[in-house]
Amino acid sequence: MQFTRRDALIMSLGAAAASVLPVQAFAAASAEEILAEFTGGAAVGEGGLTLTAPEIAENGNTVPIAVDAPGAVSVMILATKNPSPLVVTFNFGPMAGSQSASTRIRLAGTQDVVAVAKMSDGSFVQASQAVKVTIGGCGG
Amino acid sequence: MASGVKPRVKVPKTAAIGDVVTIKTLISHKMESGQRKDKSGNAIPRSIINRFTCDFNGENVIDVALEPSISTNPYFQFEAKVPASGEFTFTWYDDDGETYTTAKSIAAT
Amino acid sequence: MGIKIVHPMAAVAMFALAATPAISDENANLVVNDEINITVRAAAPAHMENVSEVLSGWLFRADETQQFQMDDFDNPGMIWVDKAVASWGKAEGSEGKSCASCHDDPDSMAGVKAVYPKWNETAGELRTLELQINDCRENRMGAEPWKYTGGDMVNMTALIASVSRGMPVNVAIDGPVQSTWEQGKELYYTRTGQLEMSCANCHEDNYGNMIRADHLSQGQINGFPVYRLKNAKLNSVHSRFKGCVRDTRAETYKPGSAEFIALELYVASRGNGLSVEGPSVRN
Repeated sequence: MQFTRRDALIMSLGAAAASVLPVQAFAAASAEEILAEFTGGAAVGEGGLTLTAPEIAENGNTVPIAVDAPGAVSVMILATKNPSPLVVTFNFGPMAGSQSASTRIRLAGTQDVVAVAKMSDGSFVQASQAVKVTIGGCGG
Repeated sequence: MASGVKPRVKVPKTAAIGDVVTIKTLISHKMESGQRKDKSGNAIPRSIINRFTCDFNGENVIDVALEPSISTNPYFQFEAKVPASGEFTFTWYDDDGETYTTAKSIAAT
Repeated sequence: MGIKIVHPMAAVAMFALAATPAISDENANLVVNDEINITVRAAAPAHMENVSEVLSGWLFRADETQQFQMDDFDNPGMIWVDKAVASWGKAEGSEGKSCASCHDDPDSMAGVKAVYPKWNETAGELRTLELQINDCRENRMGAEPWKYTGGDMVNMTALIASVSRGMPVNVAIDGPVQSTWEQGKELYYTRTGQLEMSCANCHEDNYGNMIRADHLSQGQINGFPVYRLKNAKLNSVHSRFKGCVRDTRAETYKPGSAEFIALELYVASRGNGLSVEGPSVRN
């Protein structure tokens, strides 16, 4: 795997944070860091991006999600309370039939899922959806 | 993690020229997140598919960066333009350095 | 630390007191690959005393989980069916035979899963699909038997179930299997474990109600083997039985034991009229 500047940043932040901060603070900080890295600090608007995720997921192992952002160059998805909040980044090429994609993700618990799209004009939009992850009835 | 890895794709066999088609892909892979521990309490090292690409006649459709929060057996659905007959190629990149590829041709009429 | 005795009332308190079954969409219908119609609700078979309609576990799942099962490409259980297709044609054992040597295509197994567990007249015993597969392996192929709930076995049962999807479950309960069926019924209604709960306490008395954040199903097994989101793999009927019995805080019977075989016959017969659904997708 390629070792990117972003990875290095996250890892060094992680190392610093882990020594002094509880896990929760570390996770929250890195979600913001990832977002800042993606947008380069640009303002993030709303609209033009649809994030579809279940309100209630029966199991956090496999949560179906979909994004649709007409005109986007790339869409990043963050699970804000996962130990490692960055989930996936879709980069759409010239042969993409639409700037939409769906996949299945892991959610460590009830949390907000956030999608951020980089549009072709360089602007950014985001959408978020709260997903409740239920705990099964039995260990069965 | 080279054992039991098998790519699967679903692409229509035909389309009208200029159509947009839906593509589904799935690869059997554990997607070990690096967050889990074994029975003795030792961290199980991360081992995931970290990138997936789909191209049509050499031009990119989608290029996906996967992180450990993608579920076991990574699944993607997306759409592609079909301006002519040709071949879709699909490539998955494993943390262990291996790549898995498959291709599907489509006839545009 | 002493053993904590859980009073039965604590178990009762786990259920929300919903007056009516809370199914996300009780009119939902299951069609797989736009071509296989699955019967997910049917009049209860005559032998069932306390339930008038039998319901597939699919009905109790959230929309997103239901959708996983509506297309074979979206159903992760089919990954293991593919693996079984590969082993179907692989010769093993002293006779140099594969499944295909006797049975041709896996499609020739259509209808088999619907009537299992089934009495084998020659052997004079009731056979689950697993027992029949191992009989083939040992006596026709001269190969080692598979572990009852092992990966190879559950994959093969998934393949055999998959070619019967849409066919009605029609397990015989009379004649030579009647006493075994009675034993299974006895087990179904017997309270076990520190929680003192029977199968019926959850799956007959409380289906549709919540158990914590989950909908209790009727515990039908027409969808087995089941791909569970929870463990991301196929699960066999006896593995599920073991999990349920363990959850009553009881010592469980072993997969493949006479008790679980009898219980499987009885529980399968409670789904007579529903379609074979395996491999299904559940949470």
